[in-house]
Amino acid sequence: MRKRSISGRVLMALVFVFLYAPIFVLIVFSFNSTKSRTVWTGFTFDWYLKLFQDSTIMGSLYVTLLVSAIAAVIATVAGTVAAVGIFNMKRRHRNTILALNNIPVINADIITGVSMSLLFISSAAILTKVSLSLSSLLGININLGFKLGFGTLLIAHITFNVPYVILSVLPKLRQLDNNLFEAAQDLGATWIQAFFKVIIPEIRPGIVNGLIIAFTMSVDDFVISYFTAGHVQTLSMTIYAMTKRRITPEINALSTLLFITVLFMLIIINVRQSSQEKKLKKLRSKLS
Amino acid sequence: MRRRYLAAVPHVIWLSVFVVAPLILVVVYAFTGSGGGFTLENFENMGSYTSVFGRSLWLAFIATIICLLIGYPLSYVLSKEGPGMQRIFIMLIMLPMWINFLLRTYAWMSILENTGLINRLLASLGVFDLINRIFDTNISYIPMINTQGAVVLGMVYNYLPFMVLPIYSVIVKIDSSLIEAAHDLGAGSMTVFRRIIFPLSLPGVLSGITMVFVPAVSTFIISRLLGGGTNILLGDLIEMQFLGNAYNPHLGSAISLLMMIIIMICMFVMNRFGEGEEQAVLM
Amino acid sequence: MSKEIIRLKDCTVAFDDEVILDKINLYFNDKEFLTLLGPSGCGKTTTLRIIGGFIKPTSGDVLFNGVRINDVPPHKRKVNTIFQKYALFPHLDVFENVAFGLRIAKVKEAEIRERVMEMLEIVSLKGFQHRKVASLSGGQQQRVAIARALVNRPKVLLLDEPLGALDMRLRKDMQSELKRIQQAMDITFIYVTHDQEEALAMSDTVVVMDRGKIQQIGTPEKIYNEPKNAFVADFIGESNILDGIMHEDFVVEFFGRKFKCLDSGFTTREAVDVVIRPEDIDIVEPQKGRLSGTVTSVTFKGVHYDVIVDFKGFKWLIQTTQLHHEGQEIGINIAPDRIHIMRKSEYSGMFGDYSSYSAEYDEIAEDYGDETEGSEDET
Repeated sequence: MRKRSISGRVLMALVFVFLYAPIFVLIVFSFNSTKSRTVWTGFTFDWYLKLFQDSTIMGSLYVTLLVSAIAAVIATVAGTVAAVGIFNMKRRHRNTILALNNIPVINADIITGVSMSLLFISSAAILTKVSLSLSSLLGININLGFKLGFGTLLIAHITFNVPYVILSVLPKLRQLDNNLFEAAQDLGATWIQAFFKVIIPEIRPGIVNGLIIAFTMSVDDFVISYFTAGHVQTLSMTIYAMTKRRITPEINALSTLLFITVLFMLIIINVRQSSQEKKLKKLRSKLS
Repeated sequence: MRRRYLAAVPHVIWLSVFVVAPLILVVVYAFTGSGGGFTLENFENMGSYTSVFGRSLWLAFIATIICLLIGYPLSYVLSKEGPGMQRIFIMLIMLPMWINFLLRTYAWMSILENTGLINRLLASLGVFDLINRIFDTNISYIPMINTQGAVVLGMVYNYLPFMVLPIYSVIVKIDSSLIEAAHDLGAGSMTVFRRIIFPLSLPGVLSGITMVFVPAVSTFIISRLLGGGTNILLGDLIEMQFLGNAYNPHLGSAISLLMMIIIMICMFVMNRFGEGEEQAVLM
Repeated sequence: MSKEIIRLKDCTVAFDDEVILDKINLYFNDKEFLTLLGPSGCGKTTTLRIIGGFIKPTSGDVLFNGVRINDVPPHKRKVNTIFQKYALFPHLDVFENVAFGLRIAKVKEAEIRERVMEMLEIVSLKGFQHRKVASLSGGQQQRVAIARALVNRPKVLLLDEPLGALDMRLRKDMQSELKRIQQAMDITFIYVTHDQEEALAMSDTVVVMDRGKIQQIGTPEKIYNEPKNAFVADFIGESNILDGIMHEDFVVEFFGRKFKCLDSGFTTREAVDVVIRPEDIDIVEPQKGRLSGTVTSVTFKGVHYDVIVDFKGFKWLIQTTQLHHEGQEIGINIAPDRIHIMRKSEYSGMFGDYSSYSAEYDEIAEDYGDETEGSEDET
């Protein structure tokens, strides 16, 4: 028995207006014919066309997608392997590792970003010193020093992605029937075969979920990238740089496109899920 | 065979190098000066920023309370909907998070500015004319941008989903037979809420509070975009020490360290507060 | 017996055109132990939830002491429920769980203490008051649930398969425990189960239900000895059910032979169902029996053997303490008072043939029943 109160509906409506008002504004002004973001001057598609010609935006979009994709894939593989290891640890060790693992999740992004930039800057300084002295010692030119850039950005992204993958895979491992692994081996599978043929398929939902979370976190991140990317610019950083001056409606156009893509993806996922559920329900009612 | 736990070793090494070591570096930097050598100078220098600390904590606190006041009833109402509707609403709550949060915050600027959408709307409705005539004033806009209110609004806007999702997921898991049992034992709807639903949803509330408070207390975007130059927060202070004009990573580290301590205290209090509740969720 | 306390009048429950309960008429007497018995999906839990107030009947009335209570919410009814999985509050300890209803009724603290402790003693949980409910065993949780309901001194206690989650031994103990508590508290118990043994052992009255309808109401003895139709005969205990023809009062024909019986009141040559319980059949030498057949399987059951005997292609179950062998020819005799005649019903021909008999059959059916019960409740 469900009760639906009018006040509840009103609250929901208000919250959704609040959540979507700025998005609505963004989308509407992506079609505005002038650069104004408060006065409507007429309809145009120009910003969408200009968007694809703007090398700064497209460049930073490319960096964002590239670093997110690489970081998400590496983090998913590494996180799944690590989750299996953590799952098989003794309770006490497991809790310690999980506490460590949770640090990037719980900690404020700005601290994660700042601390990593400290690490990169100071190790780069040390390496430069070392290579200088090595060069003079050996008489050849060695340069081990590095600058903050794509590499450090990638490391940072992997670092904050892996914990999310682990947190999404571990529960699936817990749900696993303890005997599955033994059963596979009993039937003649080796350790590796059992892992790939039995364990991986069973925990696949967790892995996929982890991959999606990792990718989303990466695309969405600004703060950590800001402190670790050096001269490379991600999309968030480009937008931030623009906010200091004025955002061009091209960015509005880009986010409109992103929004619509995500919306479609979610709708497809939802429709598929609910049709699956309906099928399951039908099957069940047939059985009983 | 029996050493499957070894699979975690690379991750442990990675964590030590890229999570633990950097945090240790923060501590080291916080207690050293630019010339090297131990010093407490960084902490002494922080005295002049007391007001920033106070403002950060206060605004984050207000934003967290508002998120709770909106988020809890919303989660509760959501959990009463049919399963299909629930999924759609949850999707709608998460969807805005897919738009870059800088952009969403920036969009609020367009709405709140002195020549922004709200003020334009009010002006075209003749509200300002009316006020000016009645009170014999001469205003053409309501100042909203660059106030602390705007900063809080930005925090609530960005972090509300972090409050709703954990609370909602705990409430929907409450076994409906518990609610029936309470009714059966004579409890009316209010009593059932007070004695069963609320206590059982506390773990969600606590994690919601931390998930909102931590980013709110450390943000520097929201304050920069919506708060103007006068309402700087802890996050701004740290950012300025590392990438801004006031380059001083030692002071920045000291502030970061202090912020970490604040976050740890906050988590500790929350954990103590919710002790024993964890069991309830697991059941 | 004593006076009536609850009455269901033409109660129908339907969800989206699916009829769960079909015009149920039923009354409950004060201080009786009544059991609603039936397979999963028969409507027994729905009936209980109507009385508890968790479901409103689509049509029909619920009367409590003659007053219509259809619209009285659960928390204002003088009935308490023991839920299938107990529904103990995980955030409260044993004492607070039991005290819950009293606190809501604003009973004085001293009295709460006294009544809770007294109740914990009755259910043998003294000394457990400060334990977390999660740390208790299934049997102990069960007792907390009983105490929590009974401490409010309800007029009627509703029990929804309360022993379902317990193992066999504990179940047996709790059966007699429940009976004892019911007698000690002197109140009405309405008990829902799909376990016929449990129903027969504990109840004053058994209501057998199937497909949303009441099939039979009566004492356990009456239900067992004089089932009304093939469904009841098959559901309560084991039965051989045969097609027969009633020639005249006290004479029935099956397998081409006439048998004496004690039933009367049928029209001449009326087709009927004949029930013969497996333990009521005497095995004799082949030539000495009224019927003869071949043993096709023998299963040792501890106290007796289950023997399947083929009579002209129709297989009977016979329970005997003597060992017979597969392939052996035997004869049988049936005393007139062991033959029970039922009118034909929609269930005729569906039960009572042991051609596909297997010793595990019942257990499989029960497991299946438990599973579907859960999903039924969600609707």
